[in-house]
Amino acid sequence: MFKLILSWRYLRTRYIALASIISVTLGVATLIVVNSVMAGFSQEMHRRLHGILSDLIFESVSLGGLPDAQWHKDEIGKALGDDLVGITATVQVPAMLSFQVRGQWITRQVNLIGIDQETYADVGDFAQYLLHPENRRTLSFLLRENGYDERLPESGWEQRRLRIEYQRAFEDQLRQVETSRRAALGGPSPSEELATMLPPSDPYGSIPTDPYSTTHGQHQKVEQFDEAKEQFTGVILGLMIASVRHRDPDGEVRDYFLCRPGDDVNLTFPTSPPSGHAPSAQSARFTVVDLYESKMSEYDSTFAFVPIEELQRLRGMIDPETGVTSVTSLLIRLRPGANLAEARDRLMDRFPADQYAYRIQTWRDMQGPLLAAVQMETTILNILLFLIIAVAGFGILATFFMIVVEKTRDVGVLKALGAPSSGVMSIFLSYGFSLGTVGSGVGMVLGLLFVHYINEIAAGLEWLTGREVFDPTVYYFQEIPTEIEPLMVVLVLIGATSIAVLASVLPALRAARLHPVEALRYE
Amino acid sequence: MTHSVLTPDTHASRSASRRHLLQSLQSVDTIQRPAQQPAAVQQDPSAALIRATGMYKSYRKGKLIIPVLKGVDFAIQPGEFVAIVGQSGSGKSTLLHLLGTLDEPDAGEIHFEGNRIDNLPSKAKDVLRNKYFGMIFQFYHLLPELSTLENVLMPSMIGQGVMRYWWNRREHAQRATELLDMVGLGHRLTHKPKELSGGEMQRAAIARALVSGPQMLLADEPTGNLDRQSGTEVMRMLRSLNREQNLTIIMVTHDSTIAGMADRTVRLVEGLVERVG
Ligand SMILES: Nc1ncnc2c1ncn2[C@@H]1O[C@H](COP(=O)(O)OP(=O)(O)OP(=O)(O)O)[C@@H](O)[C@H]1O
Ligand SMILES: [Mg+2]
Repeated sequence: MFKLILSWRYLRTRYIALASIISVTLGVATLIVVNSVMAGFSQEMHRRLHGILSDLIFESVSLGGLPDAQWHKDEIGKALGDDLVGITATVQVPAMLSFQVRGQWITRQVNLIGIDQETYADVGDFAQYLLHPENRRTLSFLLRENGYDERLPESGWEQRRLRIEYQRAFEDQLRQVETSRRAALGGPSPSEELATMLPPSDPYGSIPTDPYSTTHGQHQKVEQFDEAKEQFTGVILGLMIASVRHRDPDGEVRDYFLCRPGDDVNLTFPTSPPSGHAPSAQSARFTVVDLYESKMSEYDSTFAFVPIEELQRLRGMIDPETGVTSVTSLLIRLRPGANLAEARDRLMDRFPADQYAYRIQTWRDMQGPLLAAVQMETTILNILLFLIIAVAGFGILATFFMIVVEKTRDVGVLKALGAPSSGVMSIFLSYGFSLGTVGSGVGMVLGLLFVHYINEIAAGLEWLTGREVFDPTVYYFQEIPTEIEPLMVVLVLIGATSIAVLASVLPALRAARLHPVEALRYE
Repeated sequence: MTHSVLTPDTHASRSASRRHLLQSLQSVDTIQRPAQQPAAVQQDPSAALIRATGMYKSYRKGKLIIPVLKGVDFAIQPGEFVAIVGQSGSGKSTLLHLLGTLDEPDAGEIHFEGNRIDNLPSKAKDVLRNKYFGMIFQFYHLLPELSTLENVLMPSMIGQGVMRYWWNRREHAQRATELLDMVGLGHRLTHKPKELSGGEMQRAAIARALVSGPQMLLADEPTGNLDRQSGTEVMRMLRSLNREQNLTIIMVTHDSTIAGMADRTVRLVEGLVERVG
């Protein structure tokens, strides 16, 4: 009993000790904030990565891919049983994307993915990252009339027609000017000259090339294809392929679009040659029908999606005799709560590495280095911050020694009144404990408040310092994501409190060992 | 187990008094203990309440050995009021600390109610100090963070666990208030020691020493720091405690008038007892 009342009184009358635990408070608050933000970041990242990638990725390492997709699907279905919820086939090839902006050619290196419109949405959240609201409901590779994102007002058929009309009017005008000039000078025929003057709007002849039907009948189609009324096969581009992100003079972050839905682009990619032949480059023209924004820059700056049949056809992945198609990967979604690693191992057993050149990975395996990097950062920050609290522990140690020295005579009195050494010791231990509890409790409240109002605080800091604290161009998050994990908070509290208790062990032992007579003589 | 706590003694009344002490030590947590002297002790007037034999004590500082007590023999009957006098540095405080089990003699034995106490394990000594001895010091030694009432309650708090103390807190508070009333501080319960005068602090310290109903009061120069009037008041208080409640008091002083108020004076000279009066 006396331990409690004394440690309580010491707590109430020794504000210096409270000052010594401010560092514990700050340490705890910082730990909670840092962990919450890191957890928010990694959770958001997990969510996005997982949304983009399916649960399991089953891919062939060869350019030709998995022959007979259907057989593989059936085998996977048998191996996974009830765990299988969705499966879709894709063809993924590296490709070069090129398009013109104001007469300049721009090329981008992309990861071209042929997707199955019917089943692709079953394995991930692909659709929800598209900019057109209709496409988010039902995916289509047909260009929409208009109604894209508010950032993309000039997009769709409307814009395409306007653009082509303007382009034609411009060409006509140029031709007329040229004709009249030539007529005045008596030079060569204007139509010959025009070909060299005008930047070619389409260097490949305006239609998708078909490697299986290189007949002369194609030329007739050239005349028939009307850009203003028809589109090429649709392609969905990652937002960062099609745009440049920059900052306005007044500090707003804007995306400047180089190409929009309705524009035409070229894609060049390797074919899948029959064995014995080397792959060659294949080019085709596509119309951008939508943009894709997952907010993961790695994906937004490399992904381009086209219909799988078209890509299979262009790459020669359909057997001309049997009509059996090959694919490069199968994306698999599992029942929620299914054990990913275990399902992966089952598939690995079914398709042993020494017989099949397949790579079977969970989405975590794919993003292993990134997730591990975030994890490691969190760990290092935690260690550093705990060191700060440990430093605070030494402050507590010093303060406590002072208090014990100051209380030497009182300790003697307590012993003279029959207090056991263990009781004297526990006065100081419970003093340390209550200081630790108060310090880390206040720290917890501060930390949680900080996390709760973190975006307001960031805004306030921006206003105060005139500098952007959280730059959306860097992080691709509109606001700072946070996630408070109760277990983390509890562990931090326990850790900080035990540091305070540990720091009071030595002074408490000293108090317990004091000889009563000497303590009573102490002045 | 209980035998290791107390070693047998050759005293005539040892069995009766030991049984009493053993019982008390076994029930250290109970507040209910006889406030009266045990019947066995009262029936045998020759039994000393506390008896020291052949006590040696020296302090060692490096190679220098300072002998303080060189074979002190000394016995006090129940209900006696004894003053220990002697020059400064003659070892009066040292002797009192040894009697109060705050320190251990180099040689010699101390018997309390016939039981040897100088070699008890420290837990048992804690209980002795808490329940059987009351101590008063020259500089009062009240705890500055606590109010007068809380200071007086301190021995009860020390002697009991949280639950038991809480359960009996009203009785404890009542007893402490009665004691403070008795020493004339009934109206200063919530004052901190700093807000009291020296005499008042010493009276609060007396109340604290009495709260657990001790058999013996050990006082180290209780009037040493007080003016004559407060000193006399404190002495009257001790005197009446001794007379009315038959409390055994051992008091250290170097004031001969104060010593004269005791029943008997023991003089320490050169580490030995020189009996006076
Ligand atoms: N811890 C110690 N180390 C060395 N010597 C000590 C120690 N404590 C006490 N002494 C010595 O023991 C002797 C007796 O001390 P003690 O305090 O018992 O004397 P006293 O009779 O109470 O004196 P006073 O009347 O001044 O209080 C003194 O000479 C003192 O210097
Ligand atoms: Mg002294």
